[in-house]
Amino acid sequence: MIVEKSETLPVRVSEDVVRVRQLVRVHAVKAGFSLVDQTKIVTAASEIARNTIDYGGGGEARIESVTLGIRKGVRLTFSDKGPGIEDIERALRDGYTTGGGLGLGLSGAKRLSNEFDIQSAPGQGTTVSLARWK
Amino acid sequence: MAAPTPSMLPQLLDKHQAQLMKDWLAGQRAAGVVVDVESDERVRRFIAALRQGASSNADDVKNADWAAARDVLEQISRERALKGSTPVETVMFVFSLKDPLFALLRRECGSDADRLAREIANAMHLLDQLGLYTVEVFQKSREEVIGRQQEELLELSTPVVQLWDGVIAVPLIGTLDSARTQVVMESLLEEIVRTGAEIAIIDITGVPTVDTLVAQHLLKTVSAARLMGADCIISGIRPQIAQTIVHLGVELDVISKATMADAFAVALRRTGRMVVSRAGNGKGASKAENGDKAAGKTGAGQSGE
Ligand SMILES: Nc1ncnc2c1ncn2[C@@H]1O[C@H](COP(=O)(O)OP(=O)(O)OP(=O)(O)O)[C@@H](O)[C@H]1O
Ligand SMILES: [Mg+2]
Repeated sequence: MIVEKSETLPVRVSEDVVRVRQLVRVHAVKAGFSLVDQTKIVTAASEIARNTIDYGGGGEARIESVTLGIRKGVRLTFSDKGPGIEDIERALRDGYTTGGGLGLGLSGAKRLSNEFDIQSAPGQGTTVSLARWK
Repeated sequence: MAAPTPSMLPQLLDKHQAQLMKDWLAGQRAAGVVVDVESDERVRRFIAALRQGASSNADDVKNADWAAARDVLEQISRERALKGSTPVETVMFVFSLKDPLFALLRRECGSDADRLAREIANAMHLLDQLGLYTVEVFQKSREEVIGRQQEELLELSTPVVQLWDGVIAVPLIGTLDSARTQVVMESLLEEIVRTGAEIAIIDITGVPTVDTLVAQHLLKTVSAARLMGADCIISGIRPQIAQTIVHLGVELDVISKATMADAFAVALRRTGRMVVSRAGNGKGASKAENGDKAAGKTGAGQSGE
């Protein structure tokens, strides 16, 4: 996989979520995503960015345009130095929330992505990466 | 930094007021300060206020003796902040006084270099403080302006309109953060109570991203409306948004329509009304009747953020 372009944004306040969405949209459009695919990855980005703020205490987002052979894609990596996730499987369960949400952000983002990965341990912070291909 | 001997500033300002006014206004023009019909009066007032402050020997401009000078500066700073001037432009009102004032001091002190150094240091100290104060007020006014604009935007972007007896609608536009949703929810509920509406249409054509947070806000609004006795219809869910919501796993347990027109048709039917074409216009049947089935057009493809 080749990284064509990589940009990093802070994810600390709710306005940052809007900025992340906008930049993800730009990358998705450049990769030639359909409107549906754009919307999917932008929405996934919105979910994970908000979790980074709400549960991770803020962090940053790396947004990358990538290619694999002739396929174009967008890869996102959100990292924070927050409390981490104790039980990743449980956090990925539909409806599981510790913050009074719908508990659909993580699982929904996973369904909206082609690749999805969570690295997290208590006290170690959380890194969520996901990618969507054209 | 109190001057050991009283400053000559007050007498100087008295004696050379006219000359100073003229030179200062020229200096303001040169520095790019807006000089208008009010400038004469303002310059006069500021020199008088400066005289008052300087004769008090208080060398801190936050002191009560400097209240009149601060008044003038506050007024200017507010005005400029409202007009969208830059802080530099604004503070140049004060700083452009330095050159003409120092020139006067130089002339007045003659060969007394010690005196001149002291007088200039004193005047510089005062004008710098007054300049800083100007920037401070300017900054605060800017923030007030921005805060007010944000509030206005919040209200502006959430107009609840009455479409018909018993039918109201709110077209949502832009990013639905928590603050805005709160405002939407409140004004919608108020309108339901005020108009006794049975049906509230929430149109999200202009909402670029519907994630779980937005969905949750919508669901809360719908439940609250229900408690007030009104049913909600959500309209303007574009196809890409619909697909995304499904993948997210969100169930919007509420009637939804592709367009506001479709939603309105349903609302009319539900409240026992019908839209009929006038005789001679071809079709007699109402559009409202098959509103439920209408796939409808799906708004503008995409709304940016
Ligand atoms: N970056 C993170 N750091 C620590 N805990 C996290 C992080 N991201 C998610 N979690 C945990 O995983 C849970 C599930 O997250 P998910 O996004 O699915 O739901 P939610 O944020 O609670 O609600 P919503 O449906 O609004 O997203 C969270 O409630 C939280 O306990
Ligand atoms: Mg979440």
